[in-house]
Amino acid sequence: MIRVQQDDFDVGAEIAALSAGNHAVGGVAVFIGVVRDLAGAAAIGAMTLEHYPGMTESMLERIEAEAKDRWPLEASLIIHRYGRLEPGERIVLVATASAHRQAAFEACEFLVDWLKTKAPFWKLEESAAGAKWVEARVSDDQAAARWHAPSGARDSDAAE
Amino acid sequence: MKLLYFAWLKTKTGIAEEEVTPPPEVATVAELLAWLQTRGPGYADALADLSALRVAVNQEYAKPGDPVGSGDEVALFPPVTGG
Repeated sequence: MIRVQQDDFDVGAEIAALSAGNHAVGGVAVFIGVVRDLAGAAAIGAMTLEHYPGMTESMLERIEAEAKDRWPLEASLIIHRYGRLEPGERIVLVATASAHRQAAFEACEFLVDWLKTKAPFWKLEESAAGAKWVEARVSDDQAAARWHAPSGARDSDAAE
Repeated sequence: MKLLYFAWLKTKTGIAEEEVTPPPEVATVAELLAWLQTRGPGYADALADLSALRVAVNQEYAKPGDPVGSGDEVALFPPVTGG
C-alpha cells in the first residue's frame, strides 16, 4: 500500500496494521526518514517537500510492485509526506513484511533507494542564507543502480 | 498541450502550469525543449542546462526522442530529491 499525505503518521499503529492477522509474517523491516537540522555546514530551519500529484502515486505503486516481484513479501507500506516539515519531523515510512528477515531487509532498502531516485519529490531547504532547492546526489543514483537486475526487470532508466 | 513546472523550474519560469500550442514541427521532447528556450529570458534561464532537467510525458519519464502531441501533459523538473 502507498500513501502520499501532508499529515504525520503513527509509526507503531502502521507497523502493527501491516502484519495484523497474517501469521505467515516472520519479520517486519522498517525505514523512517527524518528531517535533519544540518545540510552540509548550514543549519536548516525547515524544509518544504513539493511533489507531482498523480505521478508520485503511480511511481510509488510501480516501485512497490517491483519489490513484490523480486522478494516474497507478505505486505508492504510506503507513506511519504509533503509540505513544510521542521527538523525532527518524519518524512517517509517504508515497511516490508515477509516470512524471513533477508527478504524484508533487502526489499525495504530497495524501496528506499528507488523512491529516492524515481518518485517525483523535491526538497526546498530553508536556512539563514535563504531557501535553496536540494540537489540530487550521485551517491543516491549509485545506491539505486545496484538493484538493476541483469534482465532489466521493470524499466525506468530515464530517471537516472 | 499542458505544461507543468516543478521545483526551481517553477521559480525560474515564474509559472506552475500553462497551456501551450507549439508550432507543428515540434514532435519530440527535445524539439519541445528547444522551442521553450526561445519563449523568453525566464525560459532560456530555466532550460539553459538540459542535463539538469527531467521530463515526464503523461506522468511517465520520457527521453529526448520520445513523441509529444497536443493532448499531452508534459512536466519539467530537476532530478528528484525525495525520501
